[in-house]
Amino acid sequence: MLLRHTSKEVKVREGLTINPAKTCQPIGAMYAALGIHGCLPHSHGSQGCCSYHRSTLTRHYKEPVMAATSSFTEGASVFGGQANLLAAIDTIFAVYDPDIIAVHSTCLSETIGDDLQQITKKASDDGKIPEGKYVIYASTPSFVGSHVTGYSNMVAGIATQFAESTGVKKSQYNIIAGWMEPSDMREIKRLAKVMGINIVLFPDTSDVLDAPQTGKHVFYPKGGTTVEELKSSGDSLASLALGSISAEPAAIALEKKCKVPFETLDIPIGLTATDRFIMGISKVAGVTVPDEITADRGRLVDVMCDMEQYLHGKRVALFGDPDQILPLTEFLLDLGMKPVHIVSGTPGQKFEKQMRQLLDERSPETNFKSGLQADMFLLHQWMKNEPVDLLIGNTYGKYMARDEDIPFIRFGFPILDRIGHSYFPNIGYSGSLRLLEKILNAIMDRQDRDALEEKFELVM
Amino acid sequence: MEANRIIPDPAQVREELIQKYPAKVAKKRAKSIVINDPEIIPEVQANVRTVPGIITQRGCSYAGCKGVVLGPTRDIVNIVHGPIGCSFYAWLTRRNQTKPESLMDENYIPYCFSTDMQEENIVFGGEKKLKIAIQEAYDLFHPKSIAIFSTCPVGLIGDDVHAAAREMKEKFGDCNVFGFSCEGYRGVSQSAGHHIANNGVFKHMVGRDNTPSEGKFKLNLLGEYNIGGDAFEIERIFEKVGITLVASFSGNSTVRAIENSHTADLNVILCHRSINYMGDMMETKYGIPWMKVNFVGAESTAKSLRKIGEYFGDEKLKARIEAVIAEEAPKVKAVIEEILPRTKGKTAMLFVGGSRAHHYQDLFAELGMTTVAAGYEFAHRDDYEGREVLPKIKVDADSKNIEELKVVADPELYNPRKTEAELEALKEKGLEINGYEGMMKQMTKKSLVVDDLSHYESEKLIEIYKPDIFCAGIKEKYVVQKMGIPLKQLHSYDYGGPYTGFEGAVNFYKDIDRMVNNPVWKLIKAPWETAGNGKGGELAASYVTQ
Repeated sequence: MLLRHTSKEVKVREGLTINPAKTCQPIGAMYAALGIHGCLPHSHGSQGCCSYHRSTLTRHYKEPVMAATSSFTEGASVFGGQANLLAAIDTIFAVYDPDIIAVHSTCLSETIGDDLQQITKKASDDGKIPEGKYVIYASTPSFVGSHVTGYSNMVAGIATQFAESTGVKKSQYNIIAGWMEPSDMREIKRLAKVMGINIVLFPDTSDVLDAPQTGKHVFYPKGGTTVEELKSSGDSLASLALGSISAEPAAIALEKKCKVPFETLDIPIGLTATDRFIMGISKVAGVTVPDEITADRGRLVDVMCDMEQYLHGKRVALFGDPDQILPLTEFLLDLGMKPVHIVSGTPGQKFEKQMRQLLDERSPETNFKSGLQADMFLLHQWMKNEPVDLLIGNTYGKYMARDEDIPFIRFGFPILDRIGHSYFPNIGYSGSLRLLEKILNAIMDRQDRDALEEKFELVM
Repeated sequence: MEANRIIPDPAQVREELIQKYPAKVAKKRAKSIVINDPEIIPEVQANVRTVPGIITQRGCSYAGCKGVVLGPTRDIVNIVHGPIGCSFYAWLTRRNQTKPESLMDENYIPYCFSTDMQEENIVFGGEKKLKIAIQEAYDLFHPKSIAIFSTCPVGLIGDDVHAAAREMKEKFGDCNVFGFSCEGYRGVSQSAGHHIANNGVFKHMVGRDNTPSEGKFKLNLLGEYNIGGDAFEIERIFEKVGITLVASFSGNSTVRAIENSHTADLNVILCHRSINYMGDMMETKYGIPWMKVNFVGAESTAKSLRKIGEYFGDEKLKARIEAVIAEEAPKVKAVIEEILPRTKGKTAMLFVGGSRAHHYQDLFAELGMTTVAAGYEFAHRDDYEGREVLPKIKVDADSKNIEELKVVADPELYNPRKTEAELEALKEKGLEINGYEGMMKQMTKKSLVVDDLSHYESEKLIEIYKPDIFCAGIKEKYVVQKMGIPLKQLHSYDYGGPYTGFEGAVNFYKDIDRMVNNPVWKLIKAPWETAGNGKGGELAASYVTQ
């Protein structure tokens, strides 16, 4: 047994988190900044933060993840990190020549009270930022929220610091991506094209974190939302924020700064969330839904009808990030499955309320906890008390899955031991069909593995 | 063909590496980029602050303390006191394999423990939450030991983790609780954390269990973290030759073994950088000499075993060692003979760790490959130039902040395992006791040595030298591979290994052969990119119609 010390008996904990279902803000900020073209993320703190975040993102994407650090030592921690950040800005523009440096803070720089707005202003006043280049920032203290909060803060920072309103509206819509994979962002762009609307998608990590092998390392890959696009987002007709935790704050910021009205939708994972996404575009932009999309939907529903017997009543435990597991839970319910246990380490009343509402309506008996001590240790204990047929979550779930001998689907962040998430979306109708295929494969492979010889089925 | 490759002029390379830097940065970096001469070792600037913004490979003190040194011991509950990230990122990512003896044995390695500090803990202090967390860990698991690791904000807000640890230790009575002030900002790299970890393990663990250990030839293995099962292979060999491993610091180790480690008669050091402090301190306090060995490489393994045999000076042991080497050699030889024609003459670059960039040169040499450039991520000058430079190293402000334990001979337990005369005799036989000659003596003249290589420098080096393989870590892996050059990770071994001992050498030969000769490197360009206009579209003659 790998997790041999996890007992069945659940005790309330107040101080100790065990096997967290979240990580800290800065990594989310780093990921978001990679979705801006020509941008170098910069971690204002100790070297370890930057190294850990780059390592984790690299393991997840199997791609170069470039980012710099202020390399705090004890002196900087005592006297403040301004000198380090100013020096870093000099070095970065001289050596790596980005269009943008996106600085995020860390628990260290936040604790000592470094003010990124003031330091970046000083950099600008001192002429350290070359003409046509930018240094933007987001405050991302690790002791607040989670990696999702950090993503959200950086995306909001991007919106606030770039968007401009010229007074002349452009015939385009902003789609603000909640935390999703490059493959998902690519799919959003495809769907918008099929729907016939012009969009500014930000951030956009497609063609950044799924870059092709060409024999050359392109430091700033071709993908990412451009500065021009970001500036123009203030003139868009409306914004669609995908994810109330990871994307909505940016939409609110845009509304405040440039009066761009917005609608918040779930990340389109599963049938009904995708329905709302398509209807959302249709309503906001006044466009009809092309047959191609209706047919896409039909294919997903077709499989749901045809394979319902393998799904109905199957018990699922899941963990992950709010904006992803909310629509995922809804999808599982639409499939006739039972989400029995759900945890998310990301704290926040908004998510708590949304998930409770969904569960109260459709699955009131589900165990659900989010925030502090909502960790995989608790989830595992719940699973020991009320066993499940399937576990869905990031790579760390494989230890529980192995110990309990239950099928496991990798979903969320980070996925350190499989590929696919960068290339094949989980969103939209076809992405959801892929997710459904994975669920079915996991369940049906298990049936095949466990079937008695006389019960082994050829056709399923 | 590759054997005749022209090696670029290193002085010119050095200029190219620094010319893009701002003047101050260039001046600083120039001191860390040196042209090797194994006869007259030049000085390498090392263990100094990284230039902010330069894109370094380095991590932090916490990573060196918790991640490297303490992480691999399976029965300590390691609680990270801080916001959630630090514990999360160090959770199972270092591949420290461990093998509990039974299903009942403690093993906390698959677990991640954190106090998950929130804003109110930063504002009002986190000690209370820490103590609750320690209590909860004790109530849930009843471990033998609980260790606390301070992350950056903890030092700044003034939480006294050592006082909290003492209080809880006293309260429990049957659980050893101790803390590490390994805040990420201490020192200039992981290296500070190694030192802090050594101090803590020495103070709080070593010497707690005086039960005499069994066996005739007893040693501790220092600086072996069982990445990919490296320690398992060394254990296998030790068992075969009849050497008793009292404790490993710290791969596949237990609290009890470390607490009992002072009963061994020799410390052998693998990773000099991360654990040399322990060797010195145990020598002073208990009289156990240490010896640098290297189990990376088949020939190095044989050499290291012979050194151990010589140290114990027992003819039967020496004979047994020779017998084992003779027994293991044929399978190694069979593989290398098959592979050598495909790897001979190729070139490698190694930029990793604090010892690995040295050790793995032995394996490349066995493969007939030349190391054209190498450097460490977080080493000190002695790892480059040898320990004789130690008295010459200037202690700067960053190093001064790391506690240097005052160690004296233990009034009861000090027992010099060898007399001065015996040590002298061993030295005469070529055995370097309490010494390490560093990396550069082994590297060829005019090879390049670069400390704390930046991303920019790595791309330049690859462009200029076009090595056949580059060795570094996960952050560099896919950057280098995008350039069409295979990268071997020497922290995680790309999830393979072991690479130590005889079996490890075979694994490494096969892996490097596979990597440098993989057909995929020739498939990068699409057929239409390598012909005609590079875009295709030229109609084939047989399809031409009206």
